[in-house]
Amino acid sequence: MRRFVRSHATELALLAVIAVICVFLSFATDRFFTLGNAFDLLNTSSVNIIFAVGLLVVLIAGGIDISFAVAASVVQYLAATVLGWIGGGNWIVGLIIAGALGVALGCINAFLIHRFRIISIVATISTFNIFFGLLMFFTGGVSIYNLPDWLTTRVVLFEREMADGTWAEITLPVLIMAICVFATWTLITRTTTGRQLYAFGDNPEGARRFGINIGAMQFIAFGWLGLMAGIAGLVQAHYAQEVVPNALYGRELDVLAAVVLGGARLGGGKGSVLGCILGVLLVSITQNGLNLMGVSPFAFKMIVGAIILAAITLSNTSIERLLPFLKSRRVPS
Amino acid sequence: MADQALDGAASRPLLSLRNVNMTFGGVKALKNVSFEVLPGEVHCLAGENGSGKSTLIKVITGVYKPEAGAVIDYDGQSYSHMSPVTAQASGIQVIWQDLALFPEMTVAENIAFQTVIGRWPRLVNYAEMRRVAINALQRLGVTFDVDLALHHFPIAQRQIVAIARALVGEAKLVFMDEPTASLTQSETDYLLDIVRNLSASGVAVVFVSHRLAEVLEISSRVTVLRDGALVGVYPTKGLTQSRITELMTGKTFDYSVLHRDLSRSPVMLEVKGLSRPGEFDDVSLTVRRGETLGITGLLGAGRTELALTLFGMRKPKSGSVVLDGKPVRFGSNRDAIAAGVAYLSEDRLSLGLIQPQAIADNMVIASLDKILSGGFISSERKRSLVNRWIRDLGVRIGKQDDAISTLSGGNQQRVAIAKWLATDPKLLILDAPTVGVDVGARAGIFDIVSKLADSGLAIILISDEVPEVYFNADRVLHMAQGRIVGEFTPGATTLQAIEEAVYA
Repeated sequence: MRRFVRSHATELALLAVIAVICVFLSFATDRFFTLGNAFDLLNTSSVNIIFAVGLLVVLIAGGIDISFAVAASVVQYLAATVLGWIGGGNWIVGLIIAGALGVALGCINAFLIHRFRIISIVATISTFNIFFGLLMFFTGGVSIYNLPDWLTTRVVLFEREMADGTWAEITLPVLIMAICVFATWTLITRTTTGRQLYAFGDNPEGARRFGINIGAMQFIAFGWLGLMAGIAGLVQAHYAQEVVPNALYGRELDVLAAVVLGGARLGGGKGSVLGCILGVLLVSITQNGLNLMGVSPFAFKMIVGAIILAAITLSNTSIERLLPFLKSRRVPS
Repeated sequence: MADQALDGAASRPLLSLRNVNMTFGGVKALKNVSFEVLPGEVHCLAGENGSGKSTLIKVITGVYKPEAGAVIDYDGQSYSHMSPVTAQASGIQVIWQDLALFPEMTVAENIAFQTVIGRWPRLVNYAEMRRVAINALQRLGVTFDVDLALHHFPIAQRQIVAIARALVGEAKLVFMDEPTASLTQSETDYLLDIVRNLSASGVAVVFVSHRLAEVLEISSRVTVLRDGALVGVYPTKGLTQSRITELMTGKTFDYSVLHRDLSRSPVMLEVKGLSRPGEFDDVSLTVRRGETLGITGLLGAGRTELALTLFGMRKPKSGSVVLDGKPVRFGSNRDAIAAGVAYLSEDRLSLGLIQPQAIADNMVIASLDKILSGGFISSERKRSLVNRWIRDLGVRIGKQDDAISTLSGGNQQRVAIAKWLATDPKLLILDAPTVGVDVGARAGIFDIVSKLADSGLAIILISDEVPEVYFNADRVLHMAQGRIVGEFTPGATTLQAIEEAVYA
């Protein structure tokens, strides 16, 4: 038990913060603590969670990526265009196209980082600008509303009528998210490749001496994030029922904050899928709660920023350091 | 008959190198070196920094490819060069000085990491990993909580994890690069026992260490390198520390204790009843101008904590400090520096010097206000200050603007000392100044220390190597569990007496 607490300190701290916020919101609003709202939260968080688990893999391998959100926009646009050419398609075809395009864009990052030894933050800030610049230049900022029918139709996987007559629904994005989460969890904790990624992020020189293929690690990490970004892009287009070139612009920092909040270390070697999901949920629960409480959306960013700061401080600091009087009582000197 | 066969097997070397040459950028790092290791022996590779030890290890482990003509016979096979994969696959394992472990991973995964390396990805078998790890630790006669992340363990135990990892690779030949550099005496003894166990189970160990006492204790033969060339191979029996030093440096050193009469020299530092609960207790000491006071004791005795308190980085709970006749209470180390206290950190690599920065920048970092001109740093003043110290301390450098990491350990330490001398200190605290410094270069550093004392500086020399304080301090304090438990005058006490007191 003590070992569990020691090795999952971040996740437990996050859970505690989320529990406190949930209890508060349950009393502060009558809508928060309902099945419908819980399902809404899942539906709206799906895209960010898919991004987050992708980014987690890159952070574990010791890198960082700023470009994945605009890469997802590029994928949305290209995928919508390609689907238009081939005339329709379906979810499977759509996911394969979006995933493949995402992997290709991720591999551009990996190539720059590995081949030219550019540090990942600089490489991906460059590609962030290049991707977004190209997208805006070629689309002229014009959105696509004419998407295939299968992509814009809501797919309800589970529904239940509530006492007040509203419907609580779980939709397709949640299923896709669950698959991405499970796949990422399997990759990083259950496969030899995943453990090599951790090792590479933890001690690159040590990994190199072990004969781990460093180039392969970069391509796998950034390729995986590309795959997730591509999928998330398609899911977001489905959710929004349109493709707007700058819809995801700025999302990278929200996701990055959530993933780091979840215990992933900038610098590599550390991070878990659970922590990552909790990080995203903390942010979206806060936003959801503020929304239900009728707080001005202009105040959202400020409050979310403050909550991230508080949670990070809590998970980095042991309880004793936060509350020194506890320590002196427990250990009399 | 059986005995003869055994003899025959034992005398056939496990590893035999001939005609090994290596050149880096025009510099010959290895000149026609040969090297031989018998199965199951503990063999010591001795030489100063830059003598070619690491290069030789890297040739054997396949990191470097030697020039054509080299012959590597290993375990019945002949190679012109090794590759890391062949070396590992055929049982050659290295425990690097920096260990190359993964701190965020569990002990089990660190030890059994080999099992997740392979050509194709597959599922990880954690149960198998645990079994392999526990097995390897058992062979070393230790038990750890293998499910805990490695960063929870102290460095000595990480060392053992690194050895266990080597065993998992079915090692026949293990290289240990400075394995005891950061261990205390009892941890070192423990590690040497483990090395003996390894050797007894038939694994050959090549041991690289700056600590010659260990070399004599553990190995059966010593190969000495100097400037990339082989000096010779010697049986350990009959060797002494000073003989090895002579072979390594090609110079003879005479060791003698200091005899300086300081009874009329004014007191520079007087400490009375200084305490910090949990770190040190009721410490009183005096240091006179021109005196070198040695403080020795085991790691964890509170030496560094005491030094940091005198340097103003920690606040004492009780007690008084009088510096140069004035009572002082430092709020921070900036106050201490201004009052004339300088502290040379025990960890030169991470705390003492800013490794990627230029030599000149490192040297002036603690005395920037002395090189200001109209509020800005004057490059002219900086240059002349740096030149002066480089000359006075005999630092061997290429250019002032080269990164400090390009210098050898001894030269780095000289730069670190110069950095503090540039602040015009009255009291200089040297905390383990020779860690990672060659035997030859150590003598040079103590020459400087002696000259500084003669110029009127008060010096506190902290070291866990008793001979170092014995031969270089006027008085020696023995610190144990936060208290001063003994005081010795080297001229009036034997080295053995102090060593027995400290290691008892």
